[in-house]
Amino acid sequence: MNQEIKKNSIIRLFNVSKRYNGKFALKDINLDIEQGEFILISGPSGAGKSTLLKVLYLAERVSEGHILIDGMNLARISSSRLPLLRRRFGMVFQDFKLIPNRTVYENVAIVLEAAGEKPDYIRKKVMQVLRTTDMDKKAKALPQTLSGGEQQRVAVARALVGEPSIILADEPTGSLDEKSARAVIDSIMEYHKKGATVLIATHNLHLLENAVRGINIEITEGMIKRTATML
Amino acid sequence: MSHFIKKALTDIRLNRFLNLVTIFTISLSILVASVFLLFFENAGRVIEAWNQGGRVMIYLKDNFTMDMMPELKDRINGLGNIREIIFISKDEALDRLKKEILFNSDFLRTLQENPLPDAFEIKMKSYSSLEEVEAFAQKIKEIEIVEDVEYGQGWLGKFLKIFTLFKITGYAMCSLFFLVALFITSNTVRLAFYSRKIEVEVMRLVGATETFIKAPFYVEGILQGFFGGVLGLVILLITYLMISSGLTQNLSSYIYFDIRFLSINTIILIIFISTFLGWFGCYLSLKQILK
Ligand SMILES: Nc1ncnc2c1ncn2[C@@H]1O[C@H](COP(=O)(O)OP(=O)(O)OP(=O)(O)O)[C@@H](O)[C@H]1O
Ligand SMILES: [Mg+2]
Repeated sequence: MNQEIKKNSIIRLFNVSKRYNGKFALKDINLDIEQGEFILISGPSGAGKSTLLKVLYLAERVSEGHILIDGMNLARISSSRLPLLRRRFGMVFQDFKLIPNRTVYENVAIVLEAAGEKPDYIRKKVMQVLRTTDMDKKAKALPQTLSGGEQQRVAVARALVGEPSIILADEPTGSLDEKSARAVIDSIMEYHKKGATVLIATHNLHLLENAVRGINIEITEGMIKRTATML
Repeated sequence: MSHFIKKALTDIRLNRFLNLVTIFTISLSILVASVFLLFFENAGRVIEAWNQGGRVMIYLKDNFTMDMMPELKDRINGLGNIREIIFISKDEALDRLKKEILFNSDFLRTLQENPLPDAFEIKMKSYSSLEEVEAFAQKIKEIEIVEDVEYGQGWLGKFLKIFTLFKITGYAMCSLFFLVALFITSNTVRLAFYSRKIEVEVMRLVGATETFIKAPFYVEGILQGFFGGVLGLVILLITYLMISSGLTQNLSSYIYFDIRFLSINTIILIIFISTFLGWFGCYLSLKQILK
């Protein structure tokens, strides 16, 4: 399948397995993703899509195998370097993970604050990203007062604001109707065009199939079943 | 830094009730501790005053002669921080006594010989504690020609023993209250931490360092400690002002007793300790949570 050698690989997995209590969530995955690729990870619920994303940003450690991110071996990353690794990723979590009691603005700004950016830059950049996801008018709102679609757009804004080289989005259209899903995908696509690598996990392939161009990796029961190019 | 302070203040505002309870508990502990300190500082000063600023009397044996004087003076001088040595011969002493107890002069006149010893009256320089005087007196006693040394050890010593007992009780109480304050702060930080579990998780996932995550909690703990300390001292000051104005007026007719508020050094120390308490409580609970 993936026989040709890629030159600019940014994510490489070698025989990666992940077990939860002895049960495989990922089984012997080999993957080579090039800088700037757009990847759709599809498969039924429980296939291991979220797990695949989680091992990339070290929310979970692999049980076997190795992962290289931009040449860095994840097994070797010390806890003090972990934050630096994570700043390369922009993550959209399946459950959003917005901080309650913090405004939309604060939820997005936290990425830049954590990276030690200057206040002036933070203010400008956060508002700019909120505009691209059409959430700038709700900057002062609390997450619990937003609709599901709006929360998702905040989550996407937070993933983009740090200008990461890789976007990992777990069901970013999960709770959305077709129109809002389109809007969310569009803002990610927009960012992708600037050269970012994007991985989107979804069990709802047909919603995205026609919207994006890239590679679809289909997994079932923790294994890669099929890799196809979407046009 | 300002970012962390802003964050901590926001959080204190969000968890107003919890933080107020914490600050209040700390201030109570500080209040108890500083009441003791106030008492000790004043009692210490009063004792010092009663001890006449370190006056020591040295009584000499009968076989003392004037030609021993220079050597003896040198020896005494070498033993401590002495401001002044006055020799009082037995005759002088008798004269003084006669003047002091005129009404009993009949009795004195019947005396065949002077029963009083030669003596030195010594005033000590930079006298700081009774222990110092005690040590000095002990060394004087070892000189052969010295019969006895007196520095008001009798009743003052007894009083000091009670005072020491009081001091120990005070220390025990302070430690107890400090422990309570420590427990409360660390508990508050723990609660604050759990109430911000999602926030901490998100911060980790978006690449915040542990320092960045912990800093607001430390700022919060330190602020709680600081404000708790200040509040405790303010309560003490108000109570002091209310009581002392009445008390001094009532008591001043009987004894010289001027109660002073804590010295600036003690105030700084107390605030420092309570701030440290806030920090330490935070340190303990974060250490426990983030293993
Ligand atoms: N923390 C965990 N502890 C135990 N088992 C887990 C854990 N996380 C995931 N699993 C299991 O691993 C398998 C893969 O889960 P994963 O969340 O990756 O699926 P998914 O493809 O993302 O599914 P969905 O489309 O429903 O999000 C599942 O069988 C799940 O039960
Ligand atoms: Mg999932």
